[in-house]
Amino acid sequence: MREKQIDKLKDYKYGFTTDIENIRAPKGLNKEVIEFISKAKKEPKWMLDWRMKAFERLKNLKEPNWQKPKYPKIDYQDIYYYSAPKSASDKPKSIDELDPKLLETYKKLGIPLQEQQRLNGIAVDAVFDSVSVATTFKDKLNEVGVIFCSISEAIQKHPELVKKYLGSVIPLTDHYFATLNSAVFTDGSFVYIPPGVRCPMELSTYFRINASQTGQFERTLIIADKGSYVSYLEGCTAPMRDENQLHAANVELVALDDAEIKYSTVQNWYPGDENGKGGIYNFVTKRGLCKGINSKISWTQVETGSAITWKYPSCILQGDNSIGEFYSIAITNNHQKADTGTKMIHLGKNTKSKIISKGISAGFSDMTYRGLVDISSKAKNSTNYTQCDSLLMGNKCGAHTVPYIKNKNPESNIAHEATTSKISEEQLHYCQQRGLNPEEAVGLIVNGFCKEVLQQLPMEFAVEAQKLVGISLEGSVG
Amino acid sequence: MLKIKNLKADIDSKSILNNFNLEIKPGEVHAIMGPNGSGKSTLSNILSGKKGYNVSGEVLFENKNLFELETEERAHKGIFLAFQYPLEIPGVNTNIFLKTSLNAIRKANGEKELDAIEFLKLVKLKAKNLKFDEEKLNRQLNVGFSGGEKKKNEILQMSILNPKLSILDETDSGLDIDALKTVADGVNSLRKKDNSFLIITHYQRLLDYIKPDYVHVLMNGKIIKSGGPELALELENKGYENFN
Repeated sequence: MREKQIDKLKDYKYGFTTDIENIRAPKGLNKEVIEFISKAKKEPKWMLDWRMKAFERLKNLKEPNWQKPKYPKIDYQDIYYYSAPKSASDKPKSIDELDPKLLETYKKLGIPLQEQQRLNGIAVDAVFDSVSVATTFKDKLNEVGVIFCSISEAIQKHPELVKKYLGSVIPLTDHYFATLNSAVFTDGSFVYIPPGVRCPMELSTYFRINASQTGQFERTLIIADKGSYVSYLEGCTAPMRDENQLHAANVELVALDDAEIKYSTVQNWYPGDENGKGGIYNFVTKRGLCKGINSKISWTQVETGSAITWKYPSCILQGDNSIGEFYSIAITNNHQKADTGTKMIHLGKNTKSKIISKGISAGFSDMTYRGLVDISSKAKNSTNYTQCDSLLMGNKCGAHTVPYIKNKNPESNIAHEATTSKISEEQLHYCQQRGLNPEEAVGLIVNGFCKEVLQQLPMEFAVEAQKLVGISLEGSVG
Repeated sequence: MLKIKNLKADIDSKSILNNFNLEIKPGEVHAIMGPNGSGKSTLSNILSGKKGYNVSGEVLFENKNLFELETEERAHKGIFLAFQYPLEIPGVNTNIFLKTSLNAIRKANGEKELDAIEFLKLVKLKAKNLKFDEEKLNRQLNVGFSGGEKKKNEILQMSILNPKLSILDETDSGLDIDALKTVADGVNSLRKKDNSFLIITHYQRLLDYIKPDYVHVLMNGKIIKSGGPELALELENKGYENFN
């Protein structure tokens, strides 16, 4: 039999670097750097005070270490906490004034920002390293009262909303990375949907890490007022580098009475090379508060990138009859590691949660689903359904399922199902006999495995995500 | 079209096929009959490219060495295997699987891929001819299909892909008379001067509906006798044990 050349690791399509002049804060984590960030963003004093409070608290906190993926000690003094393209430091008034290099970068990433080329029906906030460089369709959204802008802009223009909700879901002192973020967060998106408004288009933020030795500390806050609806999607990519870069985001969602937030993530940070060198540490805190009655928050995530993914998008079901959902596809290949899942905290009566998790591990990678379902004594008549499926490719990878279940209410119901399977040689042979090459065959089988989750994505992104699922596993068979 | 010379196949150092010879010319229908464990399925596995066998000898398909082709390349060149046990692929819509398969083969042959509308037109027609429940095409591939439906689905795929050489591995087992007839009709409708068939079976009854040009008796890894359709009847009367 002949040898077949298999290109082990296909080029990470987004691995390029944009050569652009930056303004950076000096390296390191200290008061001066936080002041620098706050000043660069022209923040009011209350915001700086808030950051400083977080910084003070950080001194007494330690990094959590209960997760399965271990990583070398991070030197927090050896990171740049703020890096922004020089041309964007005075935020251009219109997208046409934006640095052509930035426009080109986003075009290359498939997110054209210019008026003529914009994606139909999708408003985009583009975050480049530490700053939001552009937000599209702002005017159109304004007409219906929807606020969609960078968090930096919201701090200046909508301080009442920010003051009221920032830190209301993820407290300042939550845990090490969340508190670090509160001290040094740079940019992210702010969304406010007024009462009774159904947001007329998809909102989307595209995060790009460009500068080296720089951490990205994104902060996103979404508020859906009474009876409103919004669907929001974030995407992320980064250049290929030998170093590990830290992305520690905080995302807070608040849904008031009868409101619904659908939050989707397609995470494709640089995963490192096939030997596990480089890649992003994606240590993210995402939490949604179903504050009002009949509110609903739904998380959908497709996690294919990053050297280490460590996140649990969670729902606090405070309002009676509120609903929390978590749909996840996590794929690890080569030496990637993931420890991800969700927390569903049932506080209100008749609250419902649903967890569908699909984990796929290949190569030498390791994947853990970790989830908590906590039904409090007051959450009468609440239900949870959890389904965790793992798919293994090859025999050098790992998959683990760690469900924590606490039910303090006898009238409530929790159901958990878990499966672990492998793609069989027979299935592959069958597909190949029908003309598909091994990678197409794996793509097809894996997409079938993930279907329940892929269906949850906004249509515009489902096709992209399907392709991404295939690409992420390239080189894993042969 | 297909020339097999001195084919020898082992699995885990157990000899399965030994000194196996067969030639199939364009347009011919060959039937291979043999008892359990005679090497029938191994033959179809090896021709389709299944891994795990230690093989020697020569297999030429249209004068190309088959052993130099990957499984999918054999499919691109027109070899089709109707599986004895068709696989289930959860979550994958049957129509999408069929379309992906057809377009992969068309693409490899430099033909234009069919769009969704063209494909649906084609698949509807073929499904109708095979009395295949169209609603099933929107279900997950083979998931929850009965044994007969799975086999019909193989024949449906065959009729859509229109292969040069179709290998039917015990397609008749587990079929009732009506389904058997439908399957046979499907095969017969594909019989053309360029399309050949290799039908592997235990029983003579499928050959009542698909008239073979040649019948071969396979025992202990080699063909011990070849003849016309009458050989199948003889075999049915005598049984394998007394055949020698």
